[in-house]
Amino acid sequence: MIVFQGVSKNFNGGSSALEEIDFEIGPGEFVSLSGRSGAGKSTVIKLLIGEDKPSKGRVFFGQYEVNKLKDDDLPAFRRHIGVVFQDFRLLPTKTAYENVAFALEVAGRPAREITELVPQILDMVGLGDKMKNFPKQLSGGECQRVAIARAMIHRPEVVIADEPTGNLDPFHTFEIMKLLEKINELGTTVLLATHDKDVINSLEKRVITLDNGRIVRDEKKGKYMLV
Amino acid sequence: MFTILSRIFHFGFDNFRRNGWLSAATVAIMTLALLVFAGLIMFGVITNRAAASIQDKIDISVYFNTNTSEDEILNIRQSLQGLSEVSNVDYISRDKALDIFKTNHASDPTITQAINELSTNPLEASLNIKAKNPDQYAAIAQYLSSSDLSQYIDSVSYTQNQDIINRLAKIVKGVESGAIVVIIFLAFIAGLVVFNTIRLAIYSNRDEISIMRVVGASNSLVRGPYMVDGMICGAIAALVSIVIAAPITYFVSPYLNVFIPGLDIFQYFYTNIFQFFAYELLFGVVIGGLSSFIAVRKYLKN
Repeated sequence: MIVFQGVSKNFNGGSSALEEIDFEIGPGEFVSLSGRSGAGKSTVIKLLIGEDKPSKGRVFFGQYEVNKLKDDDLPAFRRHIGVVFQDFRLLPTKTAYENVAFALEVAGRPAREITELVPQILDMVGLGDKMKNFPKQLSGGECQRVAIARAMIHRPEVVIADEPTGNLDPFHTFEIMKLLEKINELGTTVLLATHDKDVINSLEKRVITLDNGRIVRDEKKGKYMLV
Repeated sequence: MFTILSRIFHFGFDNFRRNGWLSAATVAIMTLALLVFAGLIMFGVITNRAAASIQDKIDISVYFNTNTSEDEILNIRQSLQGLSEVSNVDYISRDKALDIFKTNHASDPTITQAINELSTNPLEASLNIKAKNPDQYAAIAQYLSSSDLSQYIDSVSYTQNQDIINRLAKIVKGVESGAIVVIIFLAFIAGLVVFNTIRLAIYSNRDEISIMRVVGASNSLVRGPYMVDGMICGAIAALVSIVIAAPITYFVSPYLNVFIPGLDIFQYFYTNIFQFFAYELLFGVVIGGLSSFIAVRKYLKN
């Protein structure tokens, strides 16, 4: 489903973020991408969602060769993916309901379907009573739950989470991880980029470890390890 | 298509409403720019009227020999009216010229007495000619100096006032072309101010644009609401600027009337208020929408 083939990413100054990365992720997998800050986790995610292009190599997502997509093709491609970020990236002038609904509205889904689905998913993430709140009226954990609801409302094939617990306390971290596991149990592939040792160890799932832009370990049932 | 369009308008209205202060600041700047635009329309009217008032003061008079009959003068008048350069020809008969002279000098007993002692009317009949354009007086004077007509004519005022007429013609031309340059320049500045205001407003929304892109919004769905937002700002600014312009023209009108007699700028504004509003609305909506369109484009990469 997701394939990185000999991917390298160099920046203008000559520094290298990724070097000859190769990996594959199959449907329904839960994969953690671990490593220290600056190891290249976020670069992998940027290349996967088409926010950046590799200097060398190819990135595949299903039938798409992401590195060859034009700017105009990116919106349609991104509707196959749900993305969750450390800083939530919610639209500040929209309520929790509207933020989640937005993912369906951009896909041109009918209003009736939206009014039916959005309250259901917000109930599922425990925010049924805060639908009308704006992001600034929600806690960090609640914002992240809205972001997860938005990422999964259109039933994407993959949910990508880039340090989703980076700004959260242990209680909210636990809640968010439970949600991601639940999404995975429902059949959605999850790619989680994190440097949180406890999070990775508690999952007991596949771990790809990056260091200085290279894959140093890829284990089916991995643990967080300092390189 | 309809669903996408209705969502674009819905998001645009929401953007405007929820970005309260930003929208208010944009409307305020656009109002100022539209006031400048309204001022430029007024300026155009004032300069046209000033030029017309100068032009109105220019004419040439043809004085006929006293032995030229009225029929011949009227024939010449008709031939002058047939010229494409001529806008109006007034005939002043010898008797009428005498009446005017007497009226003008009624308070001077010496002149009145001298006139009464004369057995014949010494004044000549004349034609007062106004050209459509001040440049055309030379051509009219040339027509009058043709051999067919010169036998009837005693003098033409153009030859005496040629310098003044030419100078006034230059002033009229200068005022008109100067006004066009000023209008174009200031309209450009006003447009640039609005464009930069909207660019700053959209710059402050650049993170939101990137979020929309990551969620999968198409370019039209990202750009559309900002264009609608810009157009709403333009429409409201048009309305506000008309409301502000009304009292300004009311207070300024008497002062302008002193400089250009017969010019009532408030009356002009009042009778053309819907036309003014239409121009302001068009300018505001087009520049609001277009500025947003251009400003968002920068953030639609990746």
